[in-house]
Amino acid sequence: MKTVEDLKRLREQLQGQNRLRHEGGTEIIVGMGTCGIAAGARQVMTAVLDEIASRKLEDVKVRQTGCIGMCEREVLLDVARPGEQRITYGRVTPADVPKIIEEHVINGRIVEAMVVGRVDI
Amino acid sequence: MRELSLHILDLVQNSIEANATTVKLEVIEDRSDDRLIIRVTDNGRGMDEKIRQLVIDPFITTRTTRRIGLGLPLMEMSSKRCDGYLHIDSVPGQGTTVEAMYRHSHLDRPPLGNMVETIKTILVANSELHFTYHHSVNGRTFSISSLELHDILGDVPLSHPDVLGWLHDYLTVNIANLYGGV
Repeated sequence: MKTVEDLKRLREQLQGQNRLRHEGGTEIIVGMGTCGIAAGARQVMTAVLDEIASRKLEDVKVRQTGCIGMCEREVLLDVARPGEQRITYGRVTPADVPKIIEEHVINGRIVEAMVVGRVDI
Repeated sequence: MRELSLHILDLVQNSIEANATTVKLEVIEDRSDDRLIIRVTDNGRGMDEKIRQLVIDPFITTRTTRRIGLGLPLMEMSSKRCDGYLHIDSVPGQGTTVEAMYRHSHLDRPPLGNMVETIKTILVANSELHFTYHHSVNGRTFSISSLELHDILGDVPLSHPDVLGWLHDYLTVNIANLYGGV
């Protein structure tokens, strides 16, 4: 799994499976302003990518955003499931990520104790 | 920030907030002239001379007039502490280049840190961004570009679990090779 040739082979395998979804997936957004980065946003992002890889989550999109003015509650991580409220979790650490992924992203149950904001989409 | 790779993430986020669609990151480490240079070039909206001078002064900042934050003043302080500098070149409407230099062997120089996670984050969390990364260490070089990856992947996203695994291994091996291998 270490060369560009490996990536080309991987792509051929994945295309053959023909089960890719491009629309309607869940979105995870991590705050990457200076405040977020200083609070550990990259480590949280790493934990998110590790969970996606280890749980083989194929319909999750990951995005970063800037400072939204809640610097004291960083790291902020949003989960937006299609057709549902966008939920903002605050003071997220890498250790919280598996729980948020399992409960909310996979099973649709909001982790209420960590919620700091909600936006109707 | 404890790692230069976190400052790098911050610089790239600045570029994204300036609406850049293309960002080039260069990391140049050269023991012969004892320099470590970090250069981020973008095609964002750029700044006029007045703003350019403001962004490295932490005491004149107000968040309503400036979207940059404390990242650049922090990086300027850390580079100056290491016999270096932080330079900003910007042309309104064309883009910005930020270059930071550190004395490579300076005792206070923060470690580069985890470049694998910084590059992975930038690539995966900004799928529309044309991002290139060039890293050289005493003449050994490694480059990766998002366009090249998207050309190979077609409609398979970089966030596909198997692609993430590949990306992690690819970056880990190639960045380690710059320093003589794992």
